[in-house]
Amino acid sequence: MNARAETRFGNGWVRFGQPRSIGMLGIGLGLLAFWLALPPLATRTVLWPIFVGILAVGAGIAATSRGAGRVGWGAIAAGLAGIAFGALATRSSLGHLNTVVVWSALLASTLRYATPLTFAAIGGMFSERSGVVNIGLEGDMLMGSFFGIYGADITGSWFLGLLIAILSGMLLALIHAFFCINLRADQIVIGTAINFLALGVTGYLFVSHYGANGAPTSIPVIPDITFNWLQNVYFIGPIFGGLNLMIWLSFLLVILSYIVMFRTPIGLRIRSVGEHPRAADTVGISVYATRYAGVVTSGGLAAMGGAYLSLGFVHTFDQNITGGRGFIALAALIFGKWRPFGAFAACLLFGFSSALGDRLPDYFSQGSSVPVIFNALPYVLTLIAVAGVVGRSIPPAAIGRPYVKQ
Amino acid sequence: MSDLSGETPEAPEPTPEGTIPSVAARLALYQRAGGFIVPLITTVFAFFIGGLVVLVVTHKNPISTYKAIFNGTGLNWFFPWISHSERVTAAFNLQATLILTTALILTGLAVAFAFRCGLFNIGGQGQYNLGAIVAVLVASSWTGMPGVPHILLSIVLGALAGALLAGFAGLLKATVGAHEVITTIMLNWIVFWLAGYLFGIGGPAQSSTQASVPVSNEIAPNTHLHVFWGNPILQGLHIGFFIAIGALVAYWIILNRTTLGFEVRAVGFNPEAARYAGISVAKNYFLAMAIAGVCAGLAGAIDVLGWKFRVGVDDVQGSSIGFIGIAVALLGRNTAVGVFFSALLFGALVNGTSTRNLDPNIFQPELASNLTLMIQGLVLLFVGADVIVIYFWRTRGKLAFWRRSEPAG
Repeated sequence: MNARAETRFGNGWVRFGQPRSIGMLGIGLGLLAFWLALPPLATRTVLWPIFVGILAVGAGIAATSRGAGRVGWGAIAAGLAGIAFGALATRSSLGHLNTVVVWSALLASTLRYATPLTFAAIGGMFSERSGVVNIGLEGDMLMGSFFGIYGADITGSWFLGLLIAILSGMLLALIHAFFCINLRADQIVIGTAINFLALGVTGYLFVSHYGANGAPTSIPVIPDITFNWLQNVYFIGPIFGGLNLMIWLSFLLVILSYIVMFRTPIGLRIRSVGEHPRAADTVGISVYATRYAGVVTSGGLAAMGGAYLSLGFVHTFDQNITGGRGFIALAALIFGKWRPFGAFAACLLFGFSSALGDRLPDYFSQGSSVPVIFNALPYVLTLIAVAGVVGRSIPPAAIGRPYVKQ
Repeated sequence: MSDLSGETPEAPEPTPEGTIPSVAARLALYQRAGGFIVPLITTVFAFFIGGLVVLVVTHKNPISTYKAIFNGTGLNWFFPWISHSERVTAAFNLQATLILTTALILTGLAVAFAFRCGLFNIGGQGQYNLGAIVAVLVASSWTGMPGVPHILLSIVLGALAGALLAGFAGLLKATVGAHEVITTIMLNWIVFWLAGYLFGIGGPAQSSTQASVPVSNEIAPNTHLHVFWGNPILQGLHIGFFIAIGALVAYWIILNRTTLGFEVRAVGFNPEAARYAGISVAKNYFLAMAIAGVCAGLAGAIDVLGWKFRVGVDDVQGSSIGFIGIAVALLGRNTAVGVFFSALLFGALVNGTSTRNLDPNIFQPELASNLTLMIQGLVLLFVGADVIVIYFWRTRGKLAFWRRSEPAG
C-alpha cells in the first residue's frame, strides 16, 4: 500500500524501477534500433540495430517476468520489429533512404494527414464522453467534405463553405442524436445507418450536381499560413512554415477541448452524464440536452475535419473521399483513452503511418505493387492498439446505453 | 430500472441496472413485437423517402423511376401477362438478381449469426473479399485437378479464410475485449489493400496474360459452377444459389436445434447470465464470429466460381456486398426467412439500379446506385429505432386486452 502510494505521488526514483517503466524503456529502445539505421545517422552496419533491439527484447522480458505483461510484450515486439526494419534499412541504398526519410517533410505530411483525424476524434470525444457511441463520425466527415466543396463553390468563399460544411455535419448529427437519444435505438446500428445515409446523400448530390466532370477545380480553398521568418529555420521551418490554417486550428482545438472537458463545469457535466446519467439527472443536469449537445458538437467538428480534407488538403471531392478516416479517428479516440491529448497523439501516429505509406513508393522500383500494402499500415497499427498493447482503454461507464427519464 | 425493457412488464428480459441491454436482447424484444408488418412498413417508408429525394433533387417522376428499377430487377418475370420478348429479358434480369441474392443471403447470414451472439460484424465485406481472393488463388492454380474436388477445395478454403479473419476479431473480443466493430473494420481495410498488393500491376498474383490489367488469373474452366437456369455465357443462375438456401436451413437448424446455437443465443441475450450458467462466453464469441466468417467467405468463393471467374482490384475495392449484408440481416431481423426476403429485396434493388439494367433516359444509374445506399441507410435507421416498433407492439397489446393497466411510459 505504502509502496503504491509512493509510486503514485512522486518519488520518481521508485517509479523508475517499476516493471512498467522497464517495458516502456524497451519500447523506446525498439524504436531507437530502427531509427539508428535511418537518416541522419543511417548506420551502415547491421550490428547496431541488432544490439539495441536485443536490449529492447531483454527489457521486454524483464518487464513481462515482473508482471507488466502487456507493456513487456509490446517491448519485445518493438525490439524484434526494430531489428527487422533496421536490418532492412541497412541493406538498402543510402540514396533510397534519403528520398524516403526526409524527416521534416515526413512530419509536415504527418500533420496534414493527422488533422482530419484530430477534428473527428476530438468531436467523437464530446459525443462518447456524454455517453453516445459515435460510429457515424465517418458519415459526418463525408458530409463536411462534400458540403465544404459545394458551399465554397456556390458562395465563392472558403469560409462560408466551411460554415456550410459544419452545419451539414451538425444536421446529420442531429438526426443521429434524435434516433439515439429520443428513440433510444441501438447506437451502433444507427451510426452505421448514418454512414450509409451520408454515403448515399453525398454521392447522390455529387453526381446530380457535378455529374461525370467531377468537382470544379477553381474552388476557393482554405489558405495555408506562411511564416516567412520561420521558413529558413533549420528543421522547424519546413514543418511549420507553411501549414494550413486548419492544422493550426486543430492544435488550438486540442488544447481548448482539454480545458473545456477537464477544467470547466461544462466538461464535468458532459462527463457525469457519460458516467452516471441517473446521478447527473438527480442533480439537475439535463441528460438529453447534454447528449444532444455532445453529438451535435461531434458532428460539427467531424465535418470540419472532412471540410479540411476536401477544401484544405486534396482540393477536390470524390465519392467516399473519406475512405474510412472516421473509423480511424474513432480508433484514435479509443487508443487515446477518450482524452484530447491522447487522441491527438494517436492521430499523429496514424498520420505518420499514412505519410510514410505515401512516401514509401519511392523506395521501391517502378511497377512493383509492394508499396500498396503499406496503405494498410494505419489499420494494422489500429488493430495492435485496440488489441491492447498499450493497455485496456476504459470507456465512459454509460456509453452505448440509452437513458430513460423518470 | 434505467432500461427500456425494465419499463414494460411484458418485456422478455428485465435487464438489471448497470448492464447494457445487448443487441441480441433488444432484437429478441423486437422479434416478439410484431410479424412481418413492421419491416414491411419500414421498407415502404424508406422507399417513400427515397422517392421524395428523387422528386425534390432531380425533379424526376419517382413512380416511373421505381418502375424502371423494378423492370430492371426482372421480378416482372413472375407476372403472367407480360409478352414473350419481355419474358426473355425479364428472365435474364431475374437471373442476375438471384445471383446477387445468393451472395447477399450469405453475407446477411454473416451479420445475422454474429448478431444473435450479441456481436456486430461489420467485417462481412472483408471476409467476403478474402474468401473471393483465396478462392480465385486456389481455383486458378493446380489446373490439372479434376473439377469437383477442385471446386470443393476452393470453396472450403475460401470459407475457411473468411472464418479465420472473422475468428481473429472474435478472438480479440474474447481475450482482450477489443470491440469487434473496430477490429472488423480494420480487417476490412487490411484485406482491401491486400487485394491491391496481390492483384495490382506487378503484384505477385496478378494476371500472367494481361500484364497491364490489375486483375487475377482466370480460374480453371472446370471449376466454374454449373449453371442450371439461363445461358452460362451470359451469367445464368448457378448452383451456388442452392448453397445459399442450404446455408439458410443450416442457420436455422444450428441456432434453434443445437447446443451451440442455444449457447450462442444465451450469450447474445445476456453474457453475464450465460457465464453464470457455465457457458464459455469467450468460446462462443470466437465460434459465432468464425461461423459468420464462414458464411461471408462462402459468399466470396461462390461469387468467384459462379460468375466472376476472376478478381480485379476494382472488384474488391468497389464491392459493397458485405455492407449490404448488414441491412439484409437487420431488415430480415436475423431470421432465416427474413434474411431470404430482404436479400431478395436488396439484390433486386442493386441489380435494378445497375448501369446494365437501368435505362439512363429514365434515371441515371450512377444516381440510382446512390439512391440504393440512401434507402439502405434509411432502412437501418428505422430498423434500429425499435422504440417505434415497441410502440406499435404496445398499441397492439392494448387492442387485444382492452383496458389493460400499463404504466405510463
